[in-house]
Amino acid sequence: MTLPPFLVIARLTIQEASRRRLLLALLVLTLLVVGFSAWGFNKVTTVTRSDGTPLPPDQVALITSQLLIVVVFMFSGVLALSAAVVAGPLIASEVESGLLLSMLARPVRRSEVVVGKWVGLGALVAIYAAGAGSLEIAAVDWATGYVPPHPAQLILYVGTEGLILLSLGLLLSTRLSGITAGVIALVAWLVAWIAGVVGDIGTGLQNQALENVGVISHMVLPSDGLWRGAIYAMEPDTFIAAMRALGTAGRANPFAATDPPPYSFLAWVAVWFAIVLSLSVLSFRRREI
Amino acid sequence: MSAQAAEQPGAAVSTEEAAAGSPAVKTVELTKRFGRTVALAGLSMAVPRGEVFGFLGPNGAGKTTAVKLLLGLLTPSSGEGWLLGRPLGDLGARRRIGYLPELFRYQAWLSASEVLALHCELAPLPRSSWRDEIRTVLETVGLTDRAGDRVATFSKGIQQRLGLGAALLGEPELVFLDEPTSALDPVGRHDVREIIRGLASRGTAVFLNSHLLSEVEQVCDRVAVVDHGRVIASGTMDDLLSGTAVRVRVAGLTQANKNNLASYGNIDDEGDQLTFTNLNADRVPELVASIVSMGGRVYEVAPRHQTLEDRFLQLLEDEEK
Repeated sequence: MTLPPFLVIARLTIQEASRRRLLLALLVLTLLVVGFSAWGFNKVTTVTRSDGTPLPPDQVALITSQLLIVVVFMFSGVLALSAAVVAGPLIASEVESGLLLSMLARPVRRSEVVVGKWVGLGALVAIYAAGAGSLEIAAVDWATGYVPPHPAQLILYVGTEGLILLSLGLLLSTRLSGITAGVIALVAWLVAWIAGVVGDIGTGLQNQALENVGVISHMVLPSDGLWRGAIYAMEPDTFIAAMRALGTAGRANPFAATDPPPYSFLAWVAVWFAIVLSLSVLSFRRREI
Repeated sequence: MSAQAAEQPGAAVSTEEAAAGSPAVKTVELTKRFGRTVALAGLSMAVPRGEVFGFLGPNGAGKTTAVKLLLGLLTPSSGEGWLLGRPLGDLGARRRIGYLPELFRYQAWLSASEVLALHCELAPLPRSSWRDEIRTVLETVGLTDRAGDRVATFSKGIQQRLGLGAALLGEPELVFLDEPTSALDPVGRHDVREIIRGLASRGTAVFLNSHLLSEVEQVCDRVAVVDHGRVIASGTMDDLLSGTAVRVRVAGLTQANKNNLASYGNIDDEGDQLTFTNLNADRVPELVASIVSMGGRVYEVAPRHQTLEDRFLQLLEDEEK
């Protein structure tokens, strides 16, 4: 049986990542970071109060949850940046080098190349997010006994954030050079995060204009909205209750979320993927090679 | 025609029978513009099935643009074309085509046989035939002992051989070879000529893009010469090389004298050797008399069959005028 062309392209993308030792590098680095963070989290349990008594479990859980948010922020950043950097040259470099010439002269549609690359790299992002995320959660559980309230959602949000950056990088890659596409995707991710913070400040100050910056940025590039979902999945209920009690001031913290992402936002994320992938296909179909 | 329309399989095909009897390549006023630059200006031609067709021209003449248009990699600005009876870009036609790009590049992280397997898969050929196909092709291009080596370890020439191998997979009905010997040594060039002859003997049409005229002269049945995006001459090799060239070794002629000899046809002036391209043999005594009357001393007159290079240079000169 012959695979459909988009799956051949997807397999080739994964094979390239493996043969170029990208997977090995990620595995080794992830193991190092998880091991190091497990050691660090373990130290939290040894912290004592001034009278020498150990911290109560709910305080350990609170400190751990906050530390975990910082670690996951770094992790999601690395995942998003890696996805953008790898996706940027995904099509651009193969067009520039001529690698696609002989392949596109086969009975392969341009759309199959785009979808195949997205599926291949998307699978890597999803598998990496699931594997590395589970490992980190297990390590924190082992070190402190704390498990975030919604681990599956946490992994889902972080993985989807990676897919957002991958999709943006791929779209830009159909028209721009690899470096340019990667850099723009990176900057867009940072700008979206900053715009989210601006939106938070707007919420805190009850300033509608600033608040709209956050809302619009979540529409244009939903990476920050998904990151807020990941934060919510990591916070203990007591912490969320305390933040809610602070009112609008409690909502003005870029490392805290008082509510899960609304369903309407999640539906928009699905639509966003459909739009960006369709634009990528359209753009690449019109590209002269 | 848009790239989108080009991707519709089987569009505008009357019957399979009609396609089977159609030329391997046919174009009508195929034109490509990049902004203000006209890369190909109204290419109209037909390549019969089973023929080796040479597409000649100087660098930048529009040869690669033509091939890319034919393969659906570029979208024509106007005009139309058909490959094996199907409109340009048709996926069904691409199943029966092989292509070695001028800019050949293959996955550096794959081995030679893995690259060929990838092309078998995309072609697509039945999985059961892959092993034999790959073995045969590796043998044909002389890479049997490099089958398991990564492409990253290959020289340019070996990569070009691999690309040629990929183009031969599945016994295509039409093969596009864009400067197929650009990275090859003389042995490799000889091998490629043999491969092209082999393709022709089994009825495969070959579209050979080249500026290596001796190569084209040795293998092509029919040629078209393109310059500045336009076909300036085309026909069988016999049609094109019907004239006779005459080489005269002469001394004592001034530049003005040489200019006066232009009435005898185009002159390829190499100092004391003048080659009159496309000069009828009957006019040779008259030419010698003219030279002598101008005070020239004639040492040798050698009529010879016009080579493709003579004709090519003559065509380009005519075009300049």
